[in-house]
Amino acid sequence: MNPDIAERTQKIIAKHLRVPIEKVPLDATFEQLGMDSLDSVNLLFEIEDEFDISIDDQEAKSIASIPQMVEGIEVLLARKAGSAEPAPPSA
Amino acid sequence: MIRVAITGVGVISAIGKNAQEFWGSLQQGRSGIRPIQAPGCSGLRFPNGAEVTDYNSADYIDEKQAPIMDRFAEFAIIAAREAVRDSALEFTPEMKAGGAVITGACVGGQTSEDRQFEGLYRHGRNRCHPLTIPRIMANAGASLISMEMGLTGAGFTLSTACASAAHAIGLAYWLVRSGGAPIAISGGSEAPFSLGLLKAWEAMRVVSPTTCRPFCRDRNGMILGEGGAMMVLEPLEAAQARGAKIYAELCGFGMSSDASHITHPSTEGPSLAMQRALADGGIEPTLVGYINAHGTGTDVNDPTEAAAIRQVFGAHADQIAVSSTKSMHGHALGAAAAMEAAATVLGMHHRVLPPTANFTEIDPAIQLDVIANQARPAQVEYALSNSFAFGGLNATLAFRRVLTPCN
Repeated sequence: MNPDIAERTQKIIAKHLRVPIEKVPLDATFEQLGMDSLDSVNLLFEIEDEFDISIDDQEAKSIASIPQMVEGIEVLLARKAGSAEPAPPSA
Repeated sequence: MIRVAITGVGVISAIGKNAQEFWGSLQQGRSGIRPIQAPGCSGLRFPNGAEVTDYNSADYIDEKQAPIMDRFAEFAIIAAREAVRDSALEFTPEMKAGGAVITGACVGGQTSEDRQFEGLYRHGRNRCHPLTIPRIMANAGASLISMEMGLTGAGFTLSTACASAAHAIGLAYWLVRSGGAPIAISGGSEAPFSLGLLKAWEAMRVVSPTTCRPFCRDRNGMILGEGGAMMVLEPLEAAQARGAKIYAELCGFGMSSDASHITHPSTEGPSLAMQRALADGGIEPTLVGYINAHGTGTDVNDPTEAAAIRQVFGAHADQIAVSSTKSMHGHALGAAAAMEAAATVLGMHHRVLPPTANFTEIDPAIQLDVIANQARPAQVEYALSNSFAFGGLNATLAFRRVLTPCN
């Protein structure tokens, strides 16, 4: 897991759940954190804002833990960086 | 207690701009889900909706009346006119004096609100059109119907999200049943296709990126719809005496609250609504042959509703045909329950049960006899129409077959 992304995700969850960050272990599942479906859509909304990404509904359904969320964010950030790279100059 | 008949039905929807067209589509399993055409509604994660297409309000609404009406109010008045015409009921002075108009609406004049507020927030205007309030108020449909029909009895609008029209029809039923109103016009209307509202639905992550497949293994969400549906409720005895066409008897109404979660439904709440509708009508559960399900096509609703049906009916659940007509007319929010009640009574009247369109393969977690794609000829004694709102507010209407010379 990318430590920076993991830490930012952890902070967002702790803030949303209104609990100290120590109560949000980095390997936790959303179920262990007591999150329901509405918490999940809230989290996705906050994550999209924090990382300036767009998370697909169907892909979001398979995310059920912090490691999975962090991995998903990494993929989306890499995709964004890739698409933002300037095109090679034409000859 | 006065027994209550449904003698008129009016519908405007994505699958037909009158009840006959609506029924034709239902019978053929033809879905009205298409790419969203409403102006400005692009850039969404879901491209499809069930809109009323090829609609020109001038075909229905007088140009003097038009400025006071939002699209959702137009749908209400169009459906009400058809329902009254269909009932062939001539209002007596007593009916006009006590006639009730009870409508359901979830979001009211959303298009008008969006347009006016966009002017303020985006274009720097410093005022709204003076008719903004009459256009956006959720009771506009009820008000306009009572004005046009000259009905001076009880008039109000209920808002319980996706169950609004079921609560409206249920209370109209109780009012006529108790003698509190000699007749009633009741149903719901909705026109939710405005960018602001669609974006809000997008954020809920419950709208399908493709289509609505209730009870299927590969379902992936609901599809929003729009339109209006209204019914005429009158005493059964009076309807029979005047030789009216009677679609069905409205014979039971049950309500409940989940009292648990703002968006996640419980099994207990829906189950209680069905039980109470059965008890209200003194209905023997084993005589129920059809349920028009709430059936949104979301991950959570469908198995929860299936479990609730099983909880209420036990082994008899295997004998009940179930369909979700939302697969065709979409989820029209405050109008949904009225469209579904209309689909139910039209089915009873024609002795054909409407199917669930777009059906692929049953979700193994759902143990129901879902009518897949093809309408099913069947004569049922009793049918239920379920509506379960976000916020956990539930309503079930129960209908009974009526033998008349006409059907």
